[in-house]
Amino acid sequence: MLEISDLDVYHGSSQTLKGMSLTLGKGEVLCLLGRNGAGKTTTLRAIMGLARAQRGSVRLDGAEISTLPAHEVPRRGIGYVPQGRRLFSELTVRENLEIGLMTRRSPRRVLDEALALFPRLQERLGQVSGTLSGGEQQMLATARALCIDPSVILLDEPTEGLMPSMIATIRDVIVTLRDHGKAIVLVEQRVEAVLSVADRVCFVENGRAQATMPVQDLRDDPSLLSRYVGVG
Amino acid sequence: MAFGPFLLLATLEGLLQAAVLTLTALGLSLVFGVMRVVNVAHGEFYMLGAVFAWWVASMFGMHPAVGFFVALIVSPIIVGAIAFASERLILKRLNYDPESTIVATIGMLYIIQQTTLLTYGPDARPVPAPFYYRIQLPWFGYSGYNLFVIVAAIVMLVAVWFVLSRTRLGLIMRATQFDRETAQAFGIPIERVYAFVFAAGAMLAAIAAVLIVPIRQAHYLMGLDPLLLSFIVVILGGLGSLRGTVVAALLIGLSDGIISVFFSPTLAKMISTLLVALVLVFKPEGLFGAKAR
Repeated sequence: MLEISDLDVYHGSSQTLKGMSLTLGKGEVLCLLGRNGAGKTTTLRAIMGLARAQRGSVRLDGAEISTLPAHEVPRRGIGYVPQGRRLFSELTVRENLEIGLMTRRSPRRVLDEALALFPRLQERLGQVSGTLSGGEQQMLATARALCIDPSVILLDEPTEGLMPSMIATIRDVIVTLRDHGKAIVLVEQRVEAVLSVADRVCFVENGRAQATMPVQDLRDDPSLLSRYVGVG
Repeated sequence: MAFGPFLLLATLEGLLQAAVLTLTALGLSLVFGVMRVVNVAHGEFYMLGAVFAWWVASMFGMHPAVGFFVALIVSPIIVGAIAFASERLILKRLNYDPESTIVATIGMLYIIQQTTLLTYGPDARPVPAPFYYRIQLPWFGYSGYNLFVIVAAIVMLVAVWFVLSRTRLGLIMRATQFDRETAQAFGIPIERVYAFVFAAGAMLAAIAAVLIVPIRQAHYLMGLDPLLLSFIVVILGGLGSLRGTVVAALLIGLSDGIISVFFSPTLAKMISTLLVALVLVFKPEGLFGAKAR
């Protein structure tokens, strides 16, 4: 479904991705693990066209998307939940969702489906999003991405700074989305969250995928974490 | 004239100044707020609005009202088209880099100004007011057209507010203003938004100029004063804050009008500049400064 090969990305003079390659199938959750600065977020930004690739390709269902303008990428069906949520915090919950719906022709159905996953947002539609709690903001960031009605969803540290009950909610939503056939790339630091939702794990180091394996391998051999990420 | 009626006259002059200034500064603020581009050529779009108004009014000379109202539509459209082309040919190619675009818009200022001098000439030329009606108050008579300008500016402000806060286009502009990268990640073509905003900002300046040209005359150097005052207003109100722009334009316009009538226009400019200096020292983000990512 999503295939990244030999992706090189530069940030100024420093190379942040050095031949990154990944594949992602329909209904699969792939988790990117790695130290800070390893290239996980840059990988997601490169998929979205927000970080320009100097070399390599990003293919969605066989079609090259790395050459598209950034605003065309979500129209092809890729939803993005950025690190730190990056809500339009002066806009209301409804307006944030409306921005997510702009690429859709039948927004009502998509909005209803997104709100069904996060009923609490239904009560907050008129509230300015910057005044929501951290958990509610994460719900809104995820719902906003779902309003694109994506086939692929990129989630960058969705549980960062959340309390345990909210982490469980986000995890349940990821499982639901996977069960609905969505392909998900998840950047996550919490190992227990990775183990509970991921199908495969990709260890990212120095801007490239060092190793990709089924999550079961990580369950069987936790020492892999210390080998690739330096924790565990 | 007694102090009371004199103050009323000064306030009316101040409101006229504030009305035109609000529209002009709103254009500058919109461009900076959404695009983060400091448009030094903004005053020249104002000047072009007045010059094209003279040109259109001269062509439709059968009745001043016909010429004026055609100019009120045609002149901003021509100015908007010029601004749109400038954005595509210059600002887009500079990737909207803040420093480069300042230099580029300074260049645009001189190109527009000198082209106007070469084609339109150095003379100040009047555009007839669409109507002459004098409102007779107990103490003095006042031009009905001046009041029309104030009302027209208020109508334009309400229209801009409506577009920004109640329409899909306004939502797109606000999202782009707040976080351009995230806006792109949700399918908003920010370069098209920028082109539209740059043209719309120039059109607001042109509308202000068409409204004022029956009172002030069209001249190729007339853009400099509104540019300076617009910068004062935008800095005072807070860069990118439309609410701040309106409040600051009222403040500066009223004080400028009142001080000019009671004392001198030079003193009015000195006080405005001093006000900006104080704001920059004590509240650098302006009265309603908006923080952007």
